[in-house]
Amino acid sequence: MNLTLKVWRQNGANDKGRLESYQVKDISPDMSFLEMMDVLNDQIIVEGKDPVAFDHDCREGICGSCSMFINGEAHGPGRGITTCQLHMRTFNDGDTIYIEPWRAAAFPVIKDLVTDRSAFDRIIQAGGYVSVNTSGNTQDANALPIPKDDADKAFDAATCIGCGACVATCKNSSAMLFVSAKVSQLALLPQGDPERTTRALHMVEQMDKEGFGNCTNTGACEVECPKEISLENIARLNREYLRASVNPDK
Amino acid sequence: MSRSAILKSSLAKKYWMSATGLFLCVFLLGHLAGNLQLFMEGAAGEYQFNQYAKFMTTNPAVKLLSYLTYASILFHAIDGLLLTIQNKKARPVNYAVFKASANSTWASRNMGVLGTVLLAFIVTHMTNFWAVMHWGEMPMQTVDPEGKLLEEPLKNLHMVVMNFFNPAENSLALLATVLYVLSMVAIGFHLSHGFHSAFQSLGLRTGKYGKLIMVAGKVFAIVVPALFAIIPLYLYFIQA
Repeated sequence: MNLTLKVWRQNGANDKGRLESYQVKDISPDMSFLEMMDVLNDQIIVEGKDPVAFDHDCREGICGSCSMFINGEAHGPGRGITTCQLHMRTFNDGDTIYIEPWRAAAFPVIKDLVTDRSAFDRIIQAGGYVSVNTSGNTQDANALPIPKDDADKAFDAATCIGCGACVATCKNSSAMLFVSAKVSQLALLPQGDPERTTRALHMVEQMDKEGFGNCTNTGACEVECPKEISLENIARLNREYLRASVNPDK
Repeated sequence: MSRSAILKSSLAKKYWMSATGLFLCVFLLGHLAGNLQLFMEGAAGEYQFNQYAKFMTTNPAVKLLSYLTYASILFHAIDGLLLTIQNKKARPVNYAVFKASANSTWASRNMGVLGTVLLAFIVTHMTNFWAVMHWGEMPMQTVDPEGKLLEEPLKNLHMVVMNFFNPAENSLALLATVLYVLSMVAIGFHLSHGFHSAFQSLGLRTGKYGKLIMVAGKVFAIVVPALFAIIPLYLYFIQA
């Protein structure tokens, strides 16, 4: 396959940035999108130029690193996949592919396609945890009876890999799907119950501080999420926050 | 958490958006019930409608509800504007290619535009009827359907409405009818997202009720604006 790539190049946070055109030849349809990017970078390095910076790590869809906005969609076309799971057979010979970084005030560009997603870490630090005593006599989690339904829902929420596709794809750059998944995975379990109120309040407060937009329920995040996190979680976060706001002392 | 978070946080703004939006949905039903009386023909219909108009402008309970409605419209619009400004700020650099149609409906992405159209409609609509009824020169109905003289003449809003959509009385009747119908299309799109979105923001669109709310929202968004739109079309065509 021969392709034209329009790649966002930005040399640091203060650079204005621009789309640059590249031609890549003889791309195998069986390559992953990241492998195609590796071919592009080999080519650029041979030319003695600066390769395209992009995040990647596990290359098996579980780390959440690869974060490209491809042809107007987070992780490109295809559903329930990350960029590393996107194969070149999805495209046609001769296609022009636009590759941009996640765009959000809360995810500033570090270089090219790499953005700073530490806003998510700070939201987790604000309350996305359970304070368990790890002195060596921690209770076996299996000793707590948990309804199957709750366990399944908590697990579904916990599959969120924090990639930021929800923010990237939302027209408002809202982080609600991420925050709601992180609140839900704990709110549904007895271990998360003691800190339920402060968690909802603090995580939402941090989310707002980071400059993410407001959720307007377009549902784009659910469609583009590589882990198919459900909007039900956002409904749950709305309930959790309302409950916590009405009675913050509980 | 600061004490004012329930007023200032992103979620709180959405709660208010939902509460005012759902209240306005209820208002639409009430307004529609009133408008449907315009299908009643003859002197009886005219008398019925004018009595209803008098009740709506004088009853204290209705007055209270009307103030709540004005406040809801204003709050809904201002809150929506604040949300839109914040949301624009959240993405300072736009994508070169953004394929939003792949993952969301047009209405869900254009609630602000639709809302602005509706606000313009509301202002025009209130100027045409509400302001005239309150402060304008009104024709009076002096006899009841049986021809008996009324002790207290009624403001004849029925005649104002009929004349407004009558091409012989109003040279802009056709334009008014077309714009009215288009506004109802806009409200249909606004409701097609707004109805279920309100329940989602309150955390209620979930589990077994989730699907029911989605279906009810679609039905509401089609039936209510359609019934509103049929009335001016009917009035225009019976008089054209």
